[in-house]
Amino acid sequence: MLSLLRTIWSVFLHTFRRRVTIQYPEEKPYLAPRTRGRIILSRDPDGGERCVACHLCAVACPVDCISLQATEDENGRRYPEFFRINFSRCILCGYCEEACPTYAIQLTPDFEMSEYKRQNLVYEKEDLLIDGPGKYPGYNFWRVSGVKIGGKEKGEAENDAQPVDLRRLLP
Amino acid sequence: MTSPYPFASILGVLIVALSLSALLIWVERRLLALWQDRYGPNRVGPFGLLQVVADMIKIFTKEDWIPPFADKTVFIIAPAIIMVTVLLSFAVLPIAPGIIVVDLNIALLFFLGMSSLGVYSIVLAGWASGNKYSLLGGLRAAAQMISYEVFMGISLMGVVLLAGSFSLTAIVEAQRNRWFVLPQFLGFVLFLIAGMAEARRLPFDLPEAEAELVAGFHSEYSGMKFGMFFVGEYLGITLISSMTTVLFFGGWMGPWLPPLVWFLLKVFAFICFFILLRASLPRLRFDQLMSLGWKVMLPLALVNLVVTGAVVAAFK
Repeated sequence: MLSLLRTIWSVFLHTFRRRVTIQYPEEKPYLAPRTRGRIILSRDPDGGERCVACHLCAVACPVDCISLQATEDENGRRYPEFFRINFSRCILCGYCEEACPTYAIQLTPDFEMSEYKRQNLVYEKEDLLIDGPGKYPGYNFWRVSGVKIGGKEKGEAENDAQPVDLRRLLP
Repeated sequence: MTSPYPFASILGVLIVALSLSALLIWVERRLLALWQDRYGPNRVGPFGLLQVVADMIKIFTKEDWIPPFADKTVFIIAPAIIMVTVLLSFAVLPIAPGIIVVDLNIALLFFLGMSSLGVYSIVLAGWASGNKYSLLGGLRAAAQMISYEVFMGISLMGVVLLAGSFSLTAIVEAQRNRWFVLPQFLGFVLFLIAGMAEARRLPFDLPEAEAELVAGFHSEYSGMKFGMFFVGEYLGITLISSMTTVLFFGGWMGPWLPPLVWFLLKVFAFICFFILLRASLPRLRFDQLMSLGWKVMLPLALVNLVVTGAVVAAFK
């Protein structure tokens, strides 16, 4: 009986507590930088596209909302001809970001993507591509990978040794 | 003695009681939110007050569905009974001097009779729904309300002994110098508990226990028929709060402020207390509810009656 009265009293004391509700549209909640929200495609510090169109994100995607087409430019750099994310399917799981070998695809703390038309949730490459490097400044895939492209021969990448001449290894 | 303007009183009480009980939905949601560190409805209109209007529009335009397996006539009558009985009780309620629909000399008995009749609404609703959960809810309501009715009546007899009348105005007048809550504190507590059970509020809301019975007796109800049960419940809370005010807290009596304001303030305080109980107490188990009623509350009410009677007889 006494415990009941104590319960009532302690609930009553909540009258003077601060409310935990965040009045959303007026008052924005703090979202951590690694919040999984709207997906973007980033660029490397030199302004080139990071995406090498390897399709790993599309493979990792559990709801198959990513589709892209690979192509090459005159320097031999692979890039996506188109890159399409259907956000009406996307579950913001972040697997694409984990799968990406070049830090190209990243999830941002923005989640306000309501649309009146479903079709408007299909984002094309020009909607996804941002101008900066996103969460990984200073990283340039082509500068560290051993792949040969126009303007960069084999062994010219950072921390890259010159390729071994196979004929010299013969007995 | 009846009111000089009977129709004005009837209309006034009807409109005020109905709109207040509709407003109570908002009050309850805001208060529950306050005690759970939330805001509650605060978007529609100032302080979310128009939420009630929005809910009303919604509930009026909902489909009014009668299940094919239900007993149609009884199904329709049941929600009307609760509204009628509760509203009839408001007729004998002395709100302020002169503001009363009819001043019966047996007003207290009339109130008890009407609140007993209210059980029929729940039982018939549960029965007519043709659904086992509803039936269980109705069954529980019958057992609960009848057993709590018994000591509710007895707990009020102390007040009647002190006031020497069944008339509610006479009871209020008798509290001019001292509220009955002081000599009748036990009776007040008993009446409050019985009142909660009568109004089917948590911790005594077993007839509709959401956790076990879907929604109990009104599982099958929709649209305005459900709305009538809903409004009936809030009317019941208002009624029990008003009766507590009238019987134990001196009705409209109070210094400085006009009588009507005092009455409304006291009633509102009790309504808030009812909501606080809902926010803090868990629901009883049914056997606990019954044994509490018969083994604890009824003997206490009888002791209260006997002692009060002895004291009144001794000092006469």
